[in-house]
Amino acid sequence: MEASERESGDMATRPTGPVAAALIAAGVGSLVLAILVVWAEASESFKESIAYSDDVGPLAGKTIWAVVAYFVTWLVLGLVLRRREVPLKTAGLITAALLALAFVGTFSPFFEMFAPSE
Amino acid sequence: MDLTSREFWALVHGIFLGGAFLVAFTGGLAGFYSLRPELLTEAGVGERMRRLQLGTAGMAVLMWLTVVVGTWVVYPWYREDVPESPRSTLLADASTEDWHKFGMEWKEHVAWIAPMLATAAAFIVFYYRADLIKNQTARRIAMALFVGAFAIAVVAGVLGALITKKAPVT
Repeated sequence: MEASERESGDMATRPTGPVAAALIAAGVGSLVLAILVVWAEASESFKESIAYSDDVGPLAGKTIWAVVAYFVTWLVLGLVLRRREVPLKTAGLITAALLALAFVGTFSPFFEMFAPSE
Repeated sequence: MDLTSREFWALVHGIFLGGAFLVAFTGGLAGFYSLRPELLTEAGVGERMRRLQLGTAGMAVLMWLTVVVGTWVVYPWYREDVPESPRSTLLADASTEDWHKFGMEWKEHVAWIAPMLATAAAFIVFYYRADLIKNQTARRIAMALFVGAFAIAVVAGVLGALITKKAPVT
């Protein structure tokens, strides 16, 4: 066993690429949601354009496109990285950064700052 | 002792799915925490993995169901454009409008992050299966995603309960 493996408790098992793909896809899906939330707050015409359901309103478009972004990113990255070794700590840090931005973007006091002044 | 259809679905969203999700979280977290070579025999790993798979997959499925039911079934009643709807009731009074502007606006968006994190955690568990014990970095990342999904769900759940207390869907 390599010294670094002993320290981290990691031993080579299966390629880490598919795991990195799943992680980063969750971060991308979350960030897309946040971007759509801020964009819809800033633009009334965009908000109306993603209100695919009268009952649900713009939340319908925001969540549908975030979920689409999540699964498409997972599929594409999963295919690209399926046999590759990707450092999981790096993938984890990228995901954490994407999630941090997503949390800020979906926090109501933040995105409401982008509302047009009345 | 009757429930209207709306009250029933609000109950499904907040209590039935939320309660089952708590059970799944507890099982999953215990499984993640103890999945360490120094704590388990080889036979113990197999038993622990079944519980972990059940807990993580169960939590992911429950989270997707919770946000879909919340957004597509309960939320339309909350935001109905009539004076009696919870949203109209909260916005009509300056002392309660923040329950919508801060609470509901945050909850309805941030909640959708939770199922994506829970699904990624479940994927890691199913991808490595018993080998997860050999990859402690993957175990720690999966556990962080799992706990993160739970924390988001707690925020959304608590806000939902408080908003319902102020202006229930009836």
